[in-house]
Amino acid sequence: MSKMHVEVVSTEQLIYSGEAEFLVAPALEGEIGVYPRHVPLLTRIKPGVLRMTVPGSKEEVLVAVSGGMLEVQPTHITVLADTAIRGEDLDEARANEAKRAAEESLQHATDDLSTAKAHAALAVAIAQLKALDYLKKRVH
Amino acid sequence: MAVGKEILTKIRSVQNTQKITRAMQMVSTSKMRKTQERMRAARPYAEKVRTVMAHLAQANADLGHPLLARRDVVKRAGIILVSSDKGLCGGLNVNSFKRFYAKVKELQDQNVEVDVCCLGQKALAATQRARLNVVASAVQLGDIPKMDKLIGPLTVLFKQYAEGELDAVYIVYSGFINTMKQEPTIEQLLPLTPHHMVVEHSHSWDYLYEPDAPSLMEFLVKRYLESVVYQALAENMASEQAARMVAMKAATDNAGNTIKQLRLVYNKARQAAITTELSEIVAGAAAV
Repeated sequence: MSKMHVEVVSTEQLIYSGEAEFLVAPALEGEIGVYPRHVPLLTRIKPGVLRMTVPGSKEEVLVAVSGGMLEVQPTHITVLADTAIRGEDLDEARANEAKRAAEESLQHATDDLSTAKAHAALAVAIAQLKALDYLKKRVH
Repeated sequence: MAVGKEILTKIRSVQNTQKITRAMQMVSTSKMRKTQERMRAARPYAEKVRTVMAHLAQANADLGHPLLARRDVVKRAGIILVSSDKGLCGGLNVNSFKRFYAKVKELQDQNVEVDVCCLGQKALAATQRARLNVVASAVQLGDIPKMDKLIGPLTVLFKQYAEGELDAVYIVYSGFINTMKQEPTIEQLLPLTPHHMVVEHSHSWDYLYEPDAPSLMEFLVKRYLESVVYQALAENMASEQAARMVAMKAATDNAGNTIKQLRLVYNKARQAAITTELSEIVAGAAAV
């Protein structure tokens, strides 16, 4: 049986590297299964589990990923995994957080510290709520 | 005998300082190894993203992604300044800041306004002292670079670039060359320069895209930029530990020298006191 080389990499580390006969990935538009000599394919994947059939082993190999991108070539597969849970709203919330951090440190110089802090705390709370909302929508 | 009591106190205080610097030296030695590994671990991802992106760009030359837009006139530029959170690492941060201020001045001389994004406590403090416009920041990054903390500040900058508020984005950090040598480095992140887009193999084939090429391009460009910044942060952290190790080793050695000299002074004073006392006794005995 032919094999393909699978590599799961994230910015922080190499998560998995090895041979596989068959792979199932949670693509954005539904699960896809890949056999060796698949046509080149590029797709986003959702947070979920990669399942692989590995030569010489009855058990499937499972690798959990929090989203990312799947690149399929005839003899090798690369998964560019995200290390953090991502999403438009969530990234937005993180951006606001970063802006706030910069603004707040400026506020330290002025006397409006307490109001700024209160505003900031409110902003964080709103951001967290938004993120939760988003995740909930994702789950259902 | 109370000779040189103040010298003894001084020796003891220098010894205490030496203990601290030696401990810090050993801590950074062990941390340095880990940060270097992390720096290397980040490479395969960046390379992979780059190849896929290059291929995608070549196969679809007309992808008009806002992050890929090039602008002829630069009116406002963003600079990401990476620093350590803590001090006591020699000239590491100061050297990066010098490079950074030189770039800021160069841009301002060309009538380009500068927005700064700070990664690290020291960068934030320095840019605020210089009264620069800080648009986003992330501090307390810890010893392990975390993507989670970078996404926010980067999203701010990339959004501004995509909306046309920024016309260029640079990053300044300490490049890790080896344990003894770290070099302040400046790189242009946006617009992406052609060398980001080099493809090794040029026979024509294309991927199947799911859902479509533009949205995948958007994903890849973002991930690529993030991985470049992540790599810079990882490198800066490795540099920080290396610089701290060297600085603390120098401090420990200096403390050792100071102790040696103080001991010499102390012993001389002690011997002088004994000699004086003896000669007094002898003189007294002779007088009798």
